[in-house]
Amino acid sequence: MAAIATLKDLYETLSPGLPGAGAAGLDRLRADGYARFLSDGVPTPKVEGWKYTNLRDLAGVSLAPAQTTAANTDIELPSVAPGKTHRLVFVDGVFNAALSAVGTLPRGVTLDSLRDLIESSPATAAEVLERFPAPKADTGLRVGPNPGRGQSGGLVGLNGAFLAEGAVLTVGEGVTLAQPVEIVFVAAAADGTWHPRLLIDVAAGAEVTVAEHHVARGGGATFANIVSGVRVAEGATLRHAKFQEEAETALHLASVTATVAASATYETFILTTGGRLARTDVQVRLEGSGASTRVSGAYGVDGSRHADFTSLIDHVSPNCTSREVVKGVIDGRGKAVFQGKIIVRPDAQKTDGHQLNRALLLSDTAEIDAKPELEIYADDVKCSHGATAGELDEEALFYLRARGIPADTARALLIAAFLDEVAGEIGDAALRAYATARIQDRIGRLTGITVDAVDAAVEE
Amino acid sequence: MAATEQTVEQVRAVTEQKYKYGFTTEIESDLAPKGLNEDIVRFISAKKGEPEWLLEWRLQAYRHWLTMEEPTWAMVDFPKIDYQDSHYYAAPKAAKDKPKSLDEVDPELLATYEKLGIPLKEQAILAGVEGAGDMPAVAVDAVFDSVSVATTFKKKLEEKGIIFCSISEAIREHPELVRKYLGSVVPYSDNYYATLNCAVFTDGSFVYIPKGVRCPMELSTYFRINASNTGQFERTLIIADEGSYVSYLEGCTAPMRDENQLHAAVVELVALDDATIKYSTVQNWYPGDENGKGGIYNFVTKRGACRGRNSKISWTQVETGSAITWKYPSCILQGDNSVGEFYSVAITNNYQQADTGTKMIHIGKNTRSTIVAKGISAGKAQSTYRGLVRILPKAEGARNYTQCDSLLIGDKCGAHTVPYIESRNRTARVEHEATTAKISEDQLFYCRARGLSEEDAVGLIVNGFCREVLKELPMEFAVEAQKLVAISLEGSVG
Repeated sequence: MAAIATLKDLYETLSPGLPGAGAAGLDRLRADGYARFLSDGVPTPKVEGWKYTNLRDLAGVSLAPAQTTAANTDIELPSVAPGKTHRLVFVDGVFNAALSAVGTLPRGVTLDSLRDLIESSPATAAEVLERFPAPKADTGLRVGPNPGRGQSGGLVGLNGAFLAEGAVLTVGEGVTLAQPVEIVFVAAAADGTWHPRLLIDVAAGAEVTVAEHHVARGGGATFANIVSGVRVAEGATLRHAKFQEEAETALHLASVTATVAASATYETFILTTGGRLARTDVQVRLEGSGASTRVSGAYGVDGSRHADFTSLIDHVSPNCTSREVVKGVIDGRGKAVFQGKIIVRPDAQKTDGHQLNRALLLSDTAEIDAKPELEIYADDVKCSHGATAGELDEEALFYLRARGIPADTARALLIAAFLDEVAGEIGDAALRAYATARIQDRIGRLTGITVDAVDAAVEE
Repeated sequence: MAATEQTVEQVRAVTEQKYKYGFTTEIESDLAPKGLNEDIVRFISAKKGEPEWLLEWRLQAYRHWLTMEEPTWAMVDFPKIDYQDSHYYAAPKAAKDKPKSLDEVDPELLATYEKLGIPLKEQAILAGVEGAGDMPAVAVDAVFDSVSVATTFKKKLEEKGIIFCSISEAIREHPELVRKYLGSVVPYSDNYYATLNCAVFTDGSFVYIPKGVRCPMELSTYFRINASNTGQFERTLIIADEGSYVSYLEGCTAPMRDENQLHAAVVELVALDDATIKYSTVQNWYPGDENGKGGIYNFVTKRGACRGRNSKISWTQVETGSAITWKYPSCILQGDNSVGEFYSVAITNNYQQADTGTKMIHIGKNTRSTIVAKGISAGKAQSTYRGLVRILPKAEGARNYTQCDSLLIGDKCGAHTVPYIESRNRTARVEHEATTAKISEDQLFYCRARGLSEEDAVGLIVNGFCREVLKELPMEFAVEAQKLVAISLEGSVG
């Protein structure tokens, strides 16, 4: 990371120009963030939660805001349902009104750019920002006195220090949003950093689908440091899918903190195929009886890229269910990390928690580091986790080849089948179809075999 | 749910169960002054009449220890240990001039071992009837506080070229072997407790099995902490030369005391080409009372190196004692086709805490490892499985299978699983499974319906839960271990 002194200069130079500067609430939030960054710093491998992911690459990254060109209306945008979504677009971290298409929202639903919200009323914006849970530094009840166990505090602090851009979605009580909401981040600049904040607040009984895209359209060695806050109130449902498909030179660090109330459901799917280093840190707290969550992830890395999927599912209340499936493919000198922890607190009886993590190693230089973890304080529970690592099944390959399918196609087919299970975790049909297509596109790039070729091979 | 309440009730009843090894033996002991400094290290070394190189090694370790910090990553909580408030050397006085045979051993000591029901009763055969009819299957090295008091069947073993003696004796009699292997698996700088052990270890067992020899009997060491305010730091070194086989068992007990006593042992195993070492532990140190007062801090470093091709090291442990257990018997699978195994039952009750597991480091080709860990938590206890499986890039065709199951009895205890899996070889296959559950109501009901009392039913189910591990124990001790499993959860259970 650039010297703290440089960051200090940057903070002091930029702060006065940030939206809402001078408004008490926002100044305090930014100052708190900056202070947290100074105290926690950039996580190092000595911090338990960052044991396998080294941020030394950050040293060469420009922390200055990306120099984005003026609104470019030619950018091709990804979409789970083209023309049928409520869409906010950010280019190089900056809200782009021209590309956005919010459309008509039902009563009780708001979808705003954070900058707009701050500019129209800094006080309200500060209030909204504070409503959301911050990621916890400690990830368990019985952590030792070693302060090194903190998670991503420094990075969340950094995001807070430069708080300006982002998206705020609120869905009022009982409202079902028919069209998905899309939040699209486009990287177009050669380098530079952005710190967006995503806030999703789903009121009791409401239902909504949110797709989050991170794509590169000419973008280079950019750094996205994203912090998301999610609240799902009683009986509400949020389906949240994230497609991280940035440039292979980008850095992507994200932290999501979600609270789920009684009988509410939070489903999240995370696809990680871009970035030279990408990490998503998901924390879900099941706070009310009968709450449930489904966390699923698929990743593909090659070259010397690095993907990290870290999750914490915290069963605070009784009768909650959690299910997690994360699978990935590692080729070249790629490295993947899976850390998944389930906590069952003393009162969380009748918990049902299940976790599965599988990694497929395609090359002799690929690496997987996995740490599935259970921390359980209630006795009437059913919890399990499974983890595997290995190569493609030789016998399955042989079977396909014996049926005349070329080796490369057979490999592509088996990899597709391996990852398909993850997409199957997604409840929403349109999201699932989109995720499947993105996964197949990725496999095509890894193996050089297109989906059509695979389909053709199967049909023959 | 009546059954749940009853189970809890039974567990509560356990607290009234007495630790049956809790007696103290009035034996005069020879104590080093309290505290730890270079002079104490020199004092221990001088007491043992050690060669210069060993003293230097101890001092090097001690100096390194001063620069280290106590590890805090384990899920255990305990007040800071005052390392100056302990005696680092305690020896039964009568044993000062090492007895030539068990006949000369202090009768109080013999009585102690008799009370423990330890196979030292083979003394009768040793001392009395030469070549007695039924050949006992176990040779025993008994370590009392810091000193090995007796080793049985030495002659019989010597005929085969097997060396089985205390480590102090080995340092005197076989310095070349000790020097070659001591610290070669667990270096002096390894970790806080192991480094402390290097500086102040007092005794322990030494085993050398020559090429091609299959050890004709189980070798066994019984450790007993007796004196108060002492720590016990034993060091065990087992070398299995090419093509040899040995099965080794250790057992441990301590009197009931209000204070916490530190036990920081180091065990090193070396298996050369085609050799097999089977190491079984039944750990039953005093666990403290039902309020968590007293008990042993069992901070142990155990590691085996499968140096040779086709070598095998198998750890089996039944951990029922100690206030705190911090222990990770590991295997370094260096030789091609070598095999590592870890079978563990850890039972914690009342305020006991256990953070235990294993490390399997796959270096050689086609190395295989199996981990089966069963954790049972009752009362207010916390039990953690912590393990590492690491596959290095050259470990073509390596294979690991891990299974960790936890059973919770009562709603005030905790069971945790912290496995680390690192694979850097495509052809390696790693599989890990973990489950946590409570005793199933259906199973309980089934047993009750067939006329078993509630406590017999729980004992049966828990023993069934541990079966995969218990069956790995040598026959002679499997029965004892089964009883122990029951007693640990007892009053009630089993």
